[in-house]
Amino acid sequence: MKFSVNSVWENKDTYDVAVIGAGHAGCEAALACARLGFKTIVFTVSVDSIALMPCNPNIGGTSKGHLVREVDALGGEMGKVIDRAFIQSKMLNKSKGPAVHSLRAQADKALYSRTMRQVLEDQENLDIKQAEVVNILTEENAGRKRVTGVQLYSGAVFRCRAAILCTGTYLKARCIYGDVSTNTGPNGLQAANHLTECLKELGIKMYRFKTGTPARIDKNTVDFSRMEEQKGDERVVPFSFTTDPDSIQKEQVSCWLTYTNERTHDIIRKNLDRSPLFSGMIEGTGPRYCPSIEDKVVKFADKSRHQVFIEPEGLETNEMYIGGMSSSLPEDVQYEMYRSVPGLENARIVRNAYAIEYDCIDARQLLPTLEFRTVDGLFSGGQFNGSSGYEEAAAQGLLAGINAARRLQGKEGIVLDRSEAYIGVLVDDLVTKESHEPYRMMTSRAEYRLLLRQDNADQRLTKKGYEIGLIDKERYERLLEKERLIREETDRLKRTYVGTTEEVQGLLAEHGSTPLTSGSDLAELIRRPELSYEILAPVDKERPAFPPDLREEVQEQVNINIKYEGYISRQKKQVEQFRKMENKKIPEDIDYDKVKSLRIEAVQKLKQYRPVSVGQASRISGVSPADISVLLVYMEQLRR
Amino acid sequence: MYSESSTIAAISTSMSEAGIGIVRMSGEDAFEIADRIYRGKNNKRLSGQKSHTIHYGYIEEDGETIDEVLVMLMRGPRTFTGEDTVEINCHGGVYVLQRVLEACLRGGARPAQPGEFTKRAFLNGKLDLSQAEAVIDVIQSRNDYALKSSVSQLRGSVKKKVSDIRAKILYHTAFIESALDDPEHISIDGYSRTLEKDVRELLDSLRKLLDSADNGRIMKEGIQTVIVGKPNAGKSSILNMLLGEERAIVTDIAGTTRDILQEHMNLHGISLNIVDTAGIRRTDDQVEKIGVDRALSQAEGADLIICVVDSSLPLDENDRKIFQFIAQKKSIILLNKSDLERRTGEEEIRQMCREQDMEEPPVISVSAKEEEGMEELEQAVKEMFYHGDISFNSEVYITNARQKHALDSARQGLERVLESIRMDMPEDFYSIDLMDAYESLGTITGETVGEDLVNEIFSKFCMGK
Repeated sequence: MKFSVNSVWENKDTYDVAVIGAGHAGCEAALACARLGFKTIVFTVSVDSIALMPCNPNIGGTSKGHLVREVDALGGEMGKVIDRAFIQSKMLNKSKGPAVHSLRAQADKALYSRTMRQVLEDQENLDIKQAEVVNILTEENAGRKRVTGVQLYSGAVFRCRAAILCTGTYLKARCIYGDVSTNTGPNGLQAANHLTECLKELGIKMYRFKTGTPARIDKNTVDFSRMEEQKGDERVVPFSFTTDPDSIQKEQVSCWLTYTNERTHDIIRKNLDRSPLFSGMIEGTGPRYCPSIEDKVVKFADKSRHQVFIEPEGLETNEMYIGGMSSSLPEDVQYEMYRSVPGLENARIVRNAYAIEYDCIDARQLLPTLEFRTVDGLFSGGQFNGSSGYEEAAAQGLLAGINAARRLQGKEGIVLDRSEAYIGVLVDDLVTKESHEPYRMMTSRAEYRLLLRQDNADQRLTKKGYEIGLIDKERYERLLEKERLIREETDRLKRTYVGTTEEVQGLLAEHGSTPLTSGSDLAELIRRPELSYEILAPVDKERPAFPPDLREEVQEQVNINIKYEGYISRQKKQVEQFRKMENKKIPEDIDYDKVKSLRIEAVQKLKQYRPVSVGQASRISGVSPADISVLLVYMEQLRR
Repeated sequence: MYSESSTIAAISTSMSEAGIGIVRMSGEDAFEIADRIYRGKNNKRLSGQKSHTIHYGYIEEDGETIDEVLVMLMRGPRTFTGEDTVEINCHGGVYVLQRVLEACLRGGARPAQPGEFTKRAFLNGKLDLSQAEAVIDVIQSRNDYALKSSVSQLRGSVKKKVSDIRAKILYHTAFIESALDDPEHISIDGYSRTLEKDVRELLDSLRKLLDSADNGRIMKEGIQTVIVGKPNAGKSSILNMLLGEERAIVTDIAGTTRDILQEHMNLHGISLNIVDTAGIRRTDDQVEKIGVDRALSQAEGADLIICVVDSSLPLDENDRKIFQFIAQKKSIILLNKSDLERRTGEEEIRQMCREQDMEEPPVISVSAKEEEGMEELEQAVKEMFYHGDISFNSEVYITNARQKHALDSARQGLERVLESIRMDMPEDFYSIDLMDAYESLGTITGETVGEDLVNEIFSKFCMGK
C-alpha cells in the first residue's frame, strides 16, 4: 500500500454510500442516493473541479439531448443545471422527424460547474470530501464479496454499505501531445493512480481507453469577420420539464464556423510522424466518432476541408474551444496548423490540445443495474464504464445511484430496457456488447427511436421517477393531467368531422393541400405532410382551452401522435415482441454446461456474461437463434 | 421482424412425389391467413367454422387456383402445438406444395424455423418433460442442417447479388444516419431524390431475384451428387462425360482439380446437382490440402457419392481411406479407365466394401476416355432413385421458401421507403424501412445486423467534433 499502516484512521461518521468522483456521473449518483434518504459522501480529487466539462463546452446534441431529458424525467439534475447555465441553445434536426429532434446548449462551463456544486452543497444527507480513494474495502461472506468501506490516500477509512465508482478519465490518466507526456488527468488535474490495483485485486478486468480534446484559444486573437456566425434559436426550449420556458429566454452568444484547408492538411501530413498516435507512443486508435483532425485528414484524404466550430467557453472567460480539431500533434505543429485556418491566423493558444489515456472497465462485468456481478454493493457509472460524453455519464450515474439506494432499501434494482429509454439502450449496449472504444450514444443505436423521443421522455419515465422517489407528487400529477389531455384531444380529433365548406377548402388551398371531395375527420387532415394541428386551428371550432402551462406540450404531443400514428403503432408491435423475450428471466444459478445441445461458443459466451434475460442473451454475439430456442426449452424444463 | 409468437408455416410431409402432402400453419393468425388464400363453397369463412372440422375448397392466388384441397381446422389448445392450427391437405407434388406454402407466407405467415412446431408444442405444455431433450436435439440438429444447406446451396451469383443490394442499402442508411447524428457537418437536403432513384434500381434487382426464385434458380435443387476419388482417377473426365461438355480441366497431372466444381444436370427427369472435387490423398501442398478438406466436407453433405476408382492401378491406401469415409453413404463405384489394362476389378471392390462394413454398392466399368458405361451409370442412378435409396434434399425447398419470403419482405420494406418519400416524410423514417430490408436480406446470406450500421457510418463518413 501507498500509505503507512500507522496512518490508518477510521472515520467515525457512518455513511451509507460513498461516491468516488464528482464529475457528471458522480454528481447524479450522489444526489440520487442522498435524495432517497441515504447518508452519502462524494469524494473528488479537487472540489474545484466538481461537474467540470473538460472537453466540449456544450450539453445535449443528437441523442445526447434525449439522455438529458430522460435524466430529468427520472429526477436527475443535469437538465435543471444546464437550463441555468446555458449561453446559447439550439434544437437540432428541426426539419426532420420528431424522433431525431435534439436539443443542444452551449454552456458557460464555470457557471455550470459552480451551479452543480451549489446543488450538491445544499443537498441534505450529502457530504463532499476532497481526497483520492485508493482502496475499496470488502468482506467475504459465504463466497460473496460485499463492500464495507473505502480507504483514502491518507490511510483514512470511511465505512459505507455501497460504493459507486465514477472515476471518469482520472484512473492512471496520462495526457500526451507530441513527445510530451504527463501523468495527469484532464486539464492538468491530479490523476488517481492507485485505485486500479485495488480493482484488479477484486478481480475486475480493466481496459485502457483514450480520447482527446482540441486547443483553447484567446477570443481577442480571433478574426470573426472571416467566419460564419452561428446563432442560437430565437425561442429557447428548456431541457428540464420543470423549467418554465418563459423564464429562460435571454440574450445568447454566438458560435462561429470556419474551415480547414489544403494548407492545414499539408501541415498535418508533413508532421504525422511526430504524432504520438502514429509514432506508437499511444497504442490503438481513438474513438471513431470524435476523430482527431489528423485522423480525419488521413482517413478522409479526399476531403479538401473540414468544418471548424469556434465556441465560447463561458461569459467570464476569453477562452474559446476549437470544435472539430482535436489533436495530439506537438505544440509547434498545433500553432502552425490552427493558424492556417481562416480567422485563426493570429490565434494565441491558451491550452494545448492533447490526447488522454485512462483506465476503465469492460462493462460486461456489470449487471444491467450497474452493480458489479462479483462484488455486492459496488456500482459504477460514466466514463469508467467505457462510455464517453457528459450526458452518457450523467445517465449512468443516476441509474447507479438509484440502484445503490434500492439495494440498501432491499428493493429490486431498476432496469430500463431498450424500448423504454435511450438510457436503456446505453446500459444494455455497455453491459452486453464488446467495445474497443469509448461508447457514444447515437440515435441509430435505438431500434425503437420513434417511441423514444426527447419530447415524450416525461411520459416514458416520470412515473418511474415517482415510484423511485425522485419525482414529487405535484410533478407526477401534472404529468397525469397532461396525459389525460393528450388522450382526450387525440380522441376528439378522430371523431370531429369537417365538411367541404368554403372555409375548409380555402385553408387547404392556402397550404397547397388537395381539396376535400367529401367530409373528413380532423385527424386524417393532420396526417397530411403539409398540414398540422396548428394549421387546422381556424376550422377546428370545438378546440378546448388547455391550461397555459401545458398547452404547448399537449398540442405538440397530439400532433406527433396523429401524424406518425402508423409508424408508431408498428414500432409498438415490435416492442411487444421484444418485451416477451426481455421478460423471460434466466435463473441466476443456471448451469450452461448442463444445457445439452447448446453450441460450444454459445456456452462459453453465456457462461462468461451471464445474461439476465433471454432477450439479453439473444444480443450476445456468438449466440444463435437456435441456441435461444434450446435455452427456452431448457428453461421450460427447469420450470416444470 | 423475427418473432417468437407469430404464425408459422411449413410443408409437414416429405417432399416426394407422394399422393398427398400437407402444409401446416400454427399460431394465432392461422385461421385468418387461411381465409385469405382459401375459397370454399358459398364463400364460407374458415374463421367462422367449428374446431376440428374438415373443409373442401381451393387454394387460390391472384384469382388463379393452385390446388384443390381439404383444410383441417383445429383450434388450440387441443392441437399438437397447443396453438390454432390449420392443415392444408394438397395433392402431392413438390411444386404444388411449394406454391401452397408460398401462398400461406404471402398471406401473413412466416416460414417455420427448423424444429419450431415441436418447440412450440413443448413450450405450450403439449409434450411431456421426458421429451425435452429430444426437442432440443431436433432444434439444434435441424438448424445445423438448415444452415448448412441454406448457405451451401445458395447459388454463388445469388449470394453476390444479395450482398450487393445489402451493401447499397447499408450505405444509404449510414449516410442518412450520419447526417442525422451530425447535422452540422453532413447535410441530406435533397437526398430523397438520389435515394428514390437508387431504391427503384434496388427494387428492380430484387424483383429479378424473386422471379428467378420462382424458376428455381436461387437454390441448387436436386440430388446432391459428389464425385470423389484419389488424384488422377479421372473424376473430372467423368463430370465432363456426364455433362457432355468440357467443363472441368483435365490433365494427366494428379491434383489438377484443386477446388470443387458444381454443375447441374437432368438425368431422365431426375435432377442432379453434381460436384466435382479435388482428389483425396495425403498431401503437404497447402492449396491442395484445402481442396481435399473441401472435398471431404462436400462428400459429408452428399445424397449420393460417385466414387471413381482407377482400374488400371491396384487399390492403395488412398482408396482405402476414401472407402472408409464413404462407408455410410449411398454410393456408386465407377471402375474408370476400362480401356486400359485392368489391375482392379469388381472382386477387389467387393472385398474392400466388406472390409469397411459397407453395404455393397453398384459397381460399373466405365471409360471416360471412350465414353463407355454412361448408360449403365444413368440406369444405376435411376434405379436407386425409384427404389427410394436416394431422395431429394427436401430442406432445399423449405430453404427456398424461406429465402423467397425474405426477398419479399425486403421488397416490401423498400416499397415503404418509396411511399415515405412520396409522402414527403422526414428522412429519419426512411432508415427504419431500409434497415428492415437490410435485416431480411441478411437472413438469406446468414448474416445478422450487429454493429453493421454504426461501423458503416464511421468508415464511410467523417463525423465531426
